[in-house]
Amino acid sequence: MIALLVALVVIPGTIGDLLNSYGMKRHGEVADWSPRGLLRLALQLVRNPYIMAGIPAMAISFFALMSLISVSNLSFAIPITASSYIVETALAKWLLGEDVDWHRWVGTTLVAIGVALLSI
Amino acid sequence: MSKHGLIWKTAIVSIVVIATNVIGNYALKVGLDQVGTVQSWSPLPYIRAFAHPWVAFGVTCMFAWLVSRLLLLSWADLSYVLPITSFSYALSAIAGALYLHEKVTSLQWAGIGAITVGTGLVALTFPETVVLAPPDTGETESEE
Repeated sequence: MIALLVALVVIPGTIGDLLNSYGMKRHGEVADWSPRGLLRLALQLVRNPYIMAGIPAMAISFFALMSLISVSNLSFAIPITASSYIVETALAKWLLGEDVDWHRWVGTTLVAIGVALLSI
Repeated sequence: MSKHGLIWKTAIVSIVVIATNVIGNYALKVGLDQVGTVQSWSPLPYIRAFAHPWVAFGVTCMFAWLVSRLLLLSWADLSYVLPITSFSYALSAIAGALYLHEKVTSLQWAGIGAITVGTGLVALTFPETVVLAPPDTGETESEE
């Protein structure tokens, strides 16, 4: 059961992040921060298929994390989520075409190690 | 928007993402500890958990986190946003040590150090390295 929950945290979370990032990048930089502008943004995002697929994926990951935390220690649940950062960074480079230089690789690896150390 | 302006905007929205995450996780942890185990294929136990004020507050914060993170992702790279916003883990640990008097071991201090240096390294990079043309510009006022 715990292995299934871990898979449900990591896989939909990664897919959701990639879809949301791609969907928002395709939308373009949000520049209008007025209430009217944000309302218009919400209406545009509802019609954005990447965001509409990404948010349910994130929701699955979130509920699975809630379940995982309720049946296991944070010291187990959090390093699992941290380990996905490196995979997501690699996918961001290969699938989204981001320029991941050595600062980002080393920085992300240090963050993942740091999060794991915090949970020990 | 100028490069300088974009860096400032990124910093401000990143702080909002980090703050809503730290506060939301803390509220969820407190609430779920009081509610007890939540594990079911049915949505009812989750809905019942949401009725708890701490859980409801935590979920509201996590909604604000989701919205602010989406706004940040509209210009910043995923490979930038992930490590930068993970500074929330270090912040939670420091807040726990300072305000809740939780014991922080030397390994955990090393973790806080690694996260801080890692976040700093990523912060040296420009947040936006890829721009995708919107499929329909419509009413979007994002292009300058």
